[in-house]
Amino acid sequence: MEGLLPKLPIADWIDTFVDWLVSNFEFLFEGIAVGLEGFVEGIVAGLGFIPSILLTLILGAVAWKICNWKIALFTLIGLFLIDNLGYWGNMLETIALVLTSVGISVILGIPLGIWASQSKTVGSIVIPILDFMQTMPAFVYLLPAIFFFNIGVVPGVVASVIFAMPPTIRLTILGITQVPQDLIEATEAFGSTTKQRLVKVQIPLAMPTIMAGINQSIMLALSMVVIASMVGAPGLGADVYRAVTQLQTGTGFEAGLAIVIVAIILDRITQNIGKTKQGGTA
Amino acid sequence: MESEKQAKIKVSSVTKIFGRSSKKAIQLLKEGKTKQEILKSTGSTVGVNQASFEVYPGEIFVIMGLSGSGKSTLVRLLNRLIEPTSGQIFIDGKDVVSMNKEEIREVRRKKMSMVFQRFALFPHKTVLQNTEYGLEIQGVAKHERSQKAFEALKLVGLEGYENQYPDQLSGGMQQRVGLARALANDPDILLMDEAFSALDPLIRKDMQDELIELQGSMEKTIVFITHDLDEALRIGDRIALMKDGNIVQIGTPEEILMNPSNEYVERFVEDVDLSKVLTAGHIVKRAETVQVDKGARLALKIMKDNGLSTVYVVDKQNRLVGAVSAVEASKAVEQKLPLAEVMETNLKTVDTSTLLVDLFDDVSQATIPVAVVDEQNRLKGIVIRGAVIGALAGNDTYINDFGAEQLPPSDEREAL
Repeated sequence: MEGLLPKLPIADWIDTFVDWLVSNFEFLFEGIAVGLEGFVEGIVAGLGFIPSILLTLILGAVAWKICNWKIALFTLIGLFLIDNLGYWGNMLETIALVLTSVGISVILGIPLGIWASQSKTVGSIVIPILDFMQTMPAFVYLLPAIFFFNIGVVPGVVASVIFAMPPTIRLTILGITQVPQDLIEATEAFGSTTKQRLVKVQIPLAMPTIMAGINQSIMLALSMVVIASMVGAPGLGADVYRAVTQLQTGTGFEAGLAIVIVAIILDRITQNIGKTKQGGTA
Repeated sequence: MESEKQAKIKVSSVTKIFGRSSKKAIQLLKEGKTKQEILKSTGSTVGVNQASFEVYPGEIFVIMGLSGSGKSTLVRLLNRLIEPTSGQIFIDGKDVVSMNKEEIREVRRKKMSMVFQRFALFPHKTVLQNTEYGLEIQGVAKHERSQKAFEALKLVGLEGYENQYPDQLSGGMQQRVGLARALANDPDILLMDEAFSALDPLIRKDMQDELIELQGSMEKTIVFITHDLDEALRIGDRIALMKDGNIVQIGTPEEILMNPSNEYVERFVEDVDLSKVLTAGHIVKRAETVQVDKGARLALKIMKDNGLSTVYVVDKQNRLVGAVSAVEASKAVEQKLPLAEVMETNLKTVDTSTLLVDLFDDVSQATIPVAVVDEQNRLKGIVIRGAVIGALAGNDTYINDFGAEQLPPSDEREAL
């Protein structure tokens, strides 16, 4: 093979492309970096302003309202434990990172999913890109992310978005295309425009599926926090990373436990938001 | 009679080919190739083959055929949910096929509404919101559209269910919502695609009756798709029978039953219970009558001339007042009594729309031929036993051209 065809210089192409992007769009990346960093820090500051015991009670009440008393109890005990172990501040950093990543995933992902569900061409372009985003090892795009955004929370957010956005897009497409054909036909038969069909019938009916996608995005974003910490994102991930590199098994377990608690609370709450929407018809 | 009216829907030579090589398929269709041959040589499926028909205002036009006959495709061509491959469709004289997106949307919003086999109600909307849908997308103000939706729901008998969700209703009620949703737009035309097929038989029959009633009061033009011949015969003013994308016969229920145009139609209709289709109007014969203010002598003469033992007595407006037998008439002549005093007034009558099945009892028990009257009690004629049996045997000579002014004289008389 080697004799027939010289090795394709894909690596060189990518390097050149990244260099070109960095040198020509520096202002753009800088703008994004400043904006994202400000946003994440704003969330951390906002949440940090509330005393930990009060925030624990508020989240417990939210869990009670949306789910049930069991999840509420778990939330209270879990958050109290995190506070007790001394991970409160880092937990807020992690929550801010996850919420920002998921916020971006939703803002970009849902419209993209809707668009892809309406146009076969868009769909056939978007879906392979999603495969790429989900299977390409995260370390590979962490490197250019550092070039673009420097070290810190921003490349962490970007990496999380790349990894966490696909489920939102996929399940948006699925939810909309799953709306039964006869309902679509009914909207057409009464003379709906495309927008009316989407807004009045397809998106409301797809909402439980879309919510499941957002829930998945949250979980994936949480699973990225350790990797994000490698490029300098603060939070629980950084604690785990540090413990692992210093061979502190116990500390690592504590920080890991804190991540699990946050994950379970976020998962149960967002899952049940979807369910109350669906069950709201009864 | 009907051809004088302007057709509400006129379909001329409409064809739908599913698949890529539609041009070649159309060429082959024109050469008279069958659906199967075309599928083999081009890979395209013929949905509808050069269908032509007209639907008149206020008519229930039934398109009937088995599954795969193209009937559901045909009805979707009318509002272009499916684009026709060739041919023309006119609604109120306007060509639908050449309309652009906005124009066809306007037609769907104002001119025709559709009712679906599986109801196709929006599960996340209440009954009221479902009914409002057509008006909502037209931008009708909230208050006005609610009011219209309430009226439509009242019309289909769903008052009080406005705030329920579709899955809380039974199938029959869901389809009433479907009907109300279609009626709320106040369209001229209702397209009903197997609208009652998913309902159980008793509910289906109720819905059929209600549809006929609604149509009588609102004068909608209805295109009704069904695979059920009994349903077609019950509700159809005219029926188009489809097979393999072709319309094989168009006619009134009687025409289809009594004169099937080919073997397929014949096989289709052979099991039909004629007694549930034919009415007294179909077999009524002209009756000999005598006016009540004429004397008994004339009554006797009429009976004698015609070889009858009884004659019906009518007033000047031809309203039935009684019947007089030869014995009674003779008595009247002897005692110089007016006809009114000797005649039998307690008579069994039926109207022209009475089904034969409901006639059996009356005809078998009556001592004189049963009188057929219209709403004003005017005598339309009589039903004799021989005609009932002859009609059930499928013998055309006993069947009148329905609606014809001149009734044939009864040349067959029953000895009473």
